[in-house]
Amino acid sequence: MEIQLMRKPKDYASDQEVKWCPGCGDYAILNAVQRALAELNIDKKDVVFVSGIGCSSRFPYYMDTYGFHTIHGRAAAVATGVKLANPALSVWIVSGDGDSLAIGGNHFIHAIRRNLNMNLIVFNNQIYGLTKGQFSPTSERGKITKSSPHGTLETPFNTGELALGAKSTFFARVPDTDIKLMTQVMIEAENHNGFSLVEVYQNCVIFNDKAHAAITAKENKANAQLILEHGKPMLFGLDNQFGIRLNGLELEVVKLGENDITINDILVHDAYTPSSALHYMLIQMSAPDFPVAMGVIRNVSGPVFDQDLHQQIEHQKQSSKFNSLNELFLSGNTFNIQ
Amino acid sequence: MLTLESAVIKFAGDSGDGMQLVGSLFTDTTAILGNDIATFPDFPSEIRAPQGTVAGVSGFQIHFGTSGVHSPGDAADVLVAMNPAALKANLHTLKPSCLIIIDADSFSRKDLDKAGFETNPLDDHTLHGHKLIPAPITSLTKSSIADLGLDNKSAERCKNMFTLGMIFWLFSEPLDTTIEFFEQKFKKQPSLAQANIKALKAGHHYALTIEAILPHFSVLPAQKKPGIYRNINGNQATAWGLMAAAQKVGRDLFLGSYPITPATDIMQELTRHKWAGVKVFQAEDEIAGICSAIGASFAGDVAVTTTSGPGMALKTEALGLAVMTELPLVIVNVQRGGPSTGLPTKTEQSDLLQAVWGRNGESPIVVLAASTPGNCFDMAFEAVKIAVEHMTPVILLTESYIANGAEPWKIKKPDELPNIQVNSLNDPNPNWRPYLRDDQTLARKWVIPGTPQLQHRIGGLEKDDCTGCVSHNPQNHEFMVGIRQNKVNLVTKDIPLQRVKGKNANKLLVVGWGGQFGILFGAVSDLQKEGKNIAFTHFNYIHPLPSNTADIFAQFDMILVCELNNGQFAKYLRATLPQFTYHQFNKIQGLPFMVSELKDKFNQILES
Repeated sequence: MEIQLMRKPKDYASDQEVKWCPGCGDYAILNAVQRALAELNIDKKDVVFVSGIGCSSRFPYYMDTYGFHTIHGRAAAVATGVKLANPALSVWIVSGDGDSLAIGGNHFIHAIRRNLNMNLIVFNNQIYGLTKGQFSPTSERGKITKSSPHGTLETPFNTGELALGAKSTFFARVPDTDIKLMTQVMIEAENHNGFSLVEVYQNCVIFNDKAHAAITAKENKANAQLILEHGKPMLFGLDNQFGIRLNGLELEVVKLGENDITINDILVHDAYTPSSALHYMLIQMSAPDFPVAMGVIRNVSGPVFDQDLHQQIEHQKQSSKFNSLNELFLSGNTFNIQ
Repeated sequence: MLTLESAVIKFAGDSGDGMQLVGSLFTDTTAILGNDIATFPDFPSEIRAPQGTVAGVSGFQIHFGTSGVHSPGDAADVLVAMNPAALKANLHTLKPSCLIIIDADSFSRKDLDKAGFETNPLDDHTLHGHKLIPAPITSLTKSSIADLGLDNKSAERCKNMFTLGMIFWLFSEPLDTTIEFFEQKFKKQPSLAQANIKALKAGHHYALTIEAILPHFSVLPAQKKPGIYRNINGNQATAWGLMAAAQKVGRDLFLGSYPITPATDIMQELTRHKWAGVKVFQAEDEIAGICSAIGASFAGDVAVTTTSGPGMALKTEALGLAVMTELPLVIVNVQRGGPSTGLPTKTEQSDLLQAVWGRNGESPIVVLAASTPGNCFDMAFEAVKIAVEHMTPVILLTESYIANGAEPWKIKKPDELPNIQVNSLNDPNPNWRPYLRDDQTLARKWVIPGTPQLQHRIGGLEKDDCTGCVSHNPQNHEFMVGIRQNKVNLVTKDIPLQRVKGKNANKLLVVGWGGQFGILFGAVSDLQKEGKNIAFTHFNYIHPLPSNTADIFAQFDMILVCELNNGQFAKYLRATLPQFTYHQFNKIQGLPFMVSELKDKFNQILES
């Protein structure tokens, strides 16, 4: 009889010293991912972490799995090759807002569109950390940084909007301050058959400290975050006294008990509905008028590229007129010189 | 009937006239008859360039014969010109007393104006010394298939087959291969098959009818080594060589690529062969093409990316990653005219220095070059073999001229190809480290995800010797730069010695590389037959060079490097073997060399 040993989070940690700045949000993400893998009980020989360039992209060095620290923006493309070569692997891409949404934007949207069965964690700290403080594609308009001393002139991306535009089948958002939620979301991401995008609101303690504090700080989070759970009403606030209601074609924050509002008026989250309309509206909710939606916002099924490619290959192996290279080489017009 | 040693036919027409199809169908039939062949498709980069203009002329040249067919030929014995522009574009490459067949229906004043003829070349002295056959091809084609009820446009499209029928009669070649082709191609549209076949036969009959004014030739088959042959172009041969190599490695073949002229056909060929486990990923861009291949290599596939110059430029950063991570990877660059978008459909050899040196940092890569369409098979195989056995990226340079050009290929038996040693490690081993190296080759092990207890991390940051951990140690960096170069240098031990054609010569050594082999070989052979003191050596292995290269160079008074660029191989040789003086003969016109211009140059040197 074989005894299945349950794996522990530290089993997934490598022997390398973690070199992020003290207080960096990345530590919490590393912690959550290791917990999720332990809970999923995946054999670490079958796990590959692929990263691009940036602070986040040092992540693979800290995991005792297979890992590939690639080049700026290209992690999704490298991971695509890994997954197509061996679909049995659990493939995780680790990237940042610059890596995925600026230099790697093209690979980002196409990886989502193709829906390979992989996970992508985007560490969004709204700044370039490793190059020491330039604005990123998610920095708020007007932000003063080293490369925008008079304020940026750019409208930022909303990661989720971009993902939905690219036909995302799984989108989740989590703050780096909530390890429990992060762990749960990572598990759901891995369990989703398709491309799972997890955006982490991550704090850069050096170059953009407290960028998300209005949403993630202890004193703010109850009113500033809507933590979504499939099948549950969209309630938030310290005593769940607030909720989200659909008013015409717009979302609206309401207070239970006021103006005859009851729990029945509150929207119930459906992460599995194929329609992205409501998911899109939830993704767009922003402070100060709305809480920011957290948790798994969208989780739907779709054709999975790596599985479909291997199915085509299997089908061709069964049905092709060729059984060997020799047959191929001798096919068509040939001539024999005696 | 006249029996010829060899003949050159040029088919020329509008880019929508189907000249490439005519050319390749004639090539197929001629190859089956056992002739030696060399072809040169030459077309504009526009799919349908302005109709009737010289810029829009698409041509296909074929040289076929009993012996001495090393190039597509400098000038045509027979020109087929479907309109005045096609005639004009080829006036300068006709042999004296060339047989010119034109479509008389397309020589109206309007057609002449589009081609820029002030007076009608059929009436003035333009074609003096040539034999002109003005055939009403368009109208005869239409009337021959009038009973099929095709619309005017579809009917007119068959005129290329009428022309092909005439040429088949001219060279006493059978129609059956072409008929079979159309029966297969239009299985589901029998009326189109019928129309093409009818037009083909009508052209054949027409030629027979005007026999009185038309010569009739026969070209005897070539004396070739016994065996089974097929007609193959360089891109197809590249694809098949890659497949054969992957099978020898015992791993799946993965291609990550993005469409680019003139390399796209390799991807399109490979994607047909999923039955052989070939995975083709058409990526979102050139960068994702190579990056996916690097990922696939990391995970254990035989990984390849295919491209041409502009795509090569985009892949450069990722190439450095493959150098640093020491993964096997093959990059095929089907060269075209540059810089920038350059001449997408024209041939050039101007990416050599980019391949050898064009990356940031000290970034050595093995560089190979294919010399003929059939040789693309061998060099693609060799590229995979070196990549896997030495754990290094390998760039294979081919070029538009041999990628699209075709020749008879003696079919290889996959079983008889050499074995490829894989540096794999599949079992847990506590002493293993990611950058531990083989004593002989300095190659590290190819340990793939899924292997128990050998989890490790690689990446683009400098590696610590042996452990592969990230290292910024100054001495380690210098050591690693050296070891990466040594690893590539050691490939020399596994490559064949350089050979010379003309061992007794000592005056002029002609040096070539890549796809101009046939033409250079032909030009040197001709002069050797005349007893000239000339020899020829041709390079398939660019970096590293074969170990006897300097010994060969030392035997000659003069070294002349002939290439389709501004002297890139010559520059590389000056840097690598600086003890010799290198003279250059360069052509940068988007066209292959002509035998005559090479012979003129060689003679001029030999006589000075």
